Amino acid sequence: MMATQPTGVPAGLARAGVAARQALSPSALGPLAALLLACVFFSLRSDRFLTGGNLSLVVQQVMVVGTLAIGQTMVILSAGIDLSNGAVMAFGNIVLTKLAVDSGLNVYLAIALGLLACGAFGALNGTLVTAIRLPPFIVTLGTLSIAFALTHIYSNEQTVSGLPSQLTWLGNTFRLGQTDITYGSVLMIGLFGLTWYVLSQTAAGRHLYAVGNSPEAARLSGIRTRRVLLSVYTVAGLIYGIAALLLVSRTGVGDPNAGQTDNLDSITAVVLGGTSLFGGRGSVIGTLIGALIVGVIRNGLQLIGTKSIYQTLITGILVILAVAVDQVARRRQP
Amino acid sequence: MSGAARTARGTRRSPRPSRARGSWRLAAVLAVSGALVLTTAACGKSDSASGGGSGGQVVVGLITKTETNPFFVKMKEGAEKEAQAKGAKLLTAAGKFDGDNASQVTAIENMVAAGAKGILITPSDTKAIIPAIQKARAKGVLVIALDTPTDPQSAVDALFATNNFTAGELIGKYAKAVEGAKAVKIATLDLAPGITVGVLRHNGFLSGFGAASVDANASDQVTAPSVVCSQDTAGDQAKGQTAMENCLQRDPGINLVYTINEPAALGAYTALKAAGKEKDVLIVSVDGGCTGVQAVKDGKIAATSQQYPLKMAARGVDAVVDYAKNGTKATGYTDTGVTLISNTPAAGVDSKDVAFGEANCWG
Repeated sequence: MMATQPTGVPAGLARAGVAARQALSPSALGPLAALLLACVFFSLRSDRFLTGGNLSLVVQQVMVVGTLAIGQTMVILSAGIDLSNGAVMAFGNIVLTKLAVDSGLNVYLAIALGLLACGAFGALNGTLVTAIRLPPFIVTLGTLSIAFALTHIYSNEQTVSGLPSQLTWLGNTFRLGQTDITYGSVLMIGLFGLTWYVLSQTAAGRHLYAVGNSPEAARLSGIRTRRVLLSVYTVAGLIYGIAALLLVSRTGVGDPNAGQTDNLDSITAVVLGGTSLFGGRGSVIGTLIGALIVGVIRNGLQLIGTKSIYQTLITGILVILAVAVDQVARRRQP
Repeated sequence: MSGAARTARGTRRSPRPSRARGSWRLAAVLAVSGALVLTTAACGKSDSASGGGSGGQVVVGLITKTETNPFFVKMKEGAEKEAQAKGAKLLTAAGKFDGDNASQVTAIENMVAAGAKGILITPSDTKAIIPAIQKARAKGVLVIALDTPTDPQSAVDALFATNNFTAGELIGKYAKAVEGAKAVKIATLDLAPGITVGVLRHNGFLSGFGAASVDANASDQVTAPSVVCSQDTAGDQAKGQTAMENCLQRDPGINLVYTINEPAALGAYTALKAAGKEKDVLIVSVDGGCTGVQAVKDGKIAATSQQYPLKMAARGVDAVVDYAKNGTKATGYTDTGVTLISNTPAAGVDSKDVAFGEANCWG
């Protein structure tokens, strides 16, 4: 880090200050303003919006796509894209529920195997991108269909219900003052914090940004680009597995039809958060803000009684605005 | 954040004066004003049946499978009309595709948060939606299933629906009366695996035709020796056409086609016409939408079982308003009726003609 620390200020505090400033990287400021504005707008139009219960609800609703978007952010930062994340998550949610219910495996073993299954898909994506040098768009387009088919074949189109309570534990709530908060929401926020830390405060994160910015320059500076890319896709896969567990805790069933449009929703969250689709620029905190924008708009419009189709319209326009703003800012930044 | 990255970028571009702050202000203003303008515009178009302060107004929620299927569009219209008549506020939502459970779960939560006293829902996944419905009912919200029963049916307070098994039986009996003792080769164009509506209509048809012995309690689609081809269509016209083409390839001798709904039937007709077989094959369907009744009039579909989504929606709204005003909960199953519509009546099977169909059609 390049910040010079003023004398007399405790080093730890100064470091925290720098880290806080970095958390809100420039690319996330615009989205944050948009999110705050949307919140103000809906709280003026409906007195039910700004209640603890409602805000907790928004976070719960954003939880699954938000977690998918963490993995998507990492992949997009590496100048790639992952179209398969929704389908991989669906596969993971069927694997872990079927193993726990139909095969009677120990619940934690079932969860671990579900995570492994998703990680395996991630590793497959990464291998195809690095070893066979196929474009990520094509690779993940293919694994999307493969994961979708495997999900439907393994589940035999049946929803898995009657889940043991440990699987849905993340959906349980605890009280904070007047509000019920689910453990899953806390896990998602924690995951965002952990990812932000790794991406912005560790060497591995620096390498990812470098590879996304310019793979050639990164390679020439001694970064093992193929290893970075492979680990990005694999870690993203594991994160999709966590999203599968969160999905199961939220809906209470294993659903083979889950996640079919979540790949595009996760890309929307990443783009709205100010991350550049060309790689190397952006922040995972921006993604959290982007996901919250979508959640707030959907929840807010429902509260004031607007037809839900306008939510889709507004989201589409916001995405274009966000990319346009990103382009304008890119041209001006040195 | 971008220590290393900035250095890498700096070597690739010529240095420029740092106007980063100014451009971020611009970006923020753009994003913010854009969001404001759009949300204001959208709010200008919100359902104005409610107007401003809701005070003691009853809030009713309607959640359909999709926004686009004309059946659900008509259901929404019926609900809106009834809500206006009763002075209630209607909130609507839908899934993104048939089978989208997650969006319906989110919609239930948001509507309960918005103060809905009752929620009417056509569940996309009849099992997966149960936990969300139970959470809503635990908060004192009346939940009524429309058109599609949940699995189990008791998970909701009440069900207002067509008897889909009867709907299938009627067209099965009609087909049997027309075909008589002739040897038939049946193609069934179904909905999608595991959906109760599709299972009931399919089994009802085979039972009414006499090809299989099955009742309304069966949870899986049955087959019969005379059924030579079964394909899924998701109730979509294009997929119905593809399904019919594939079936014809499998067995060109198909002479009786059961279809899950009229869009699928129209797709089947297109495929049969392209193969030159449209005069030799009998197509039967379910729904009774105005487009479907027109198809019966034009001779494309021989007979269709008409159902009444407007009635389902209106009764649903009434039930919620009653619950809000006097606390009377609707319970059990209310059959909203089904009528066989055909221009060529068959002996021994009750049917109404196209004029009746057109007077009562929806869409």
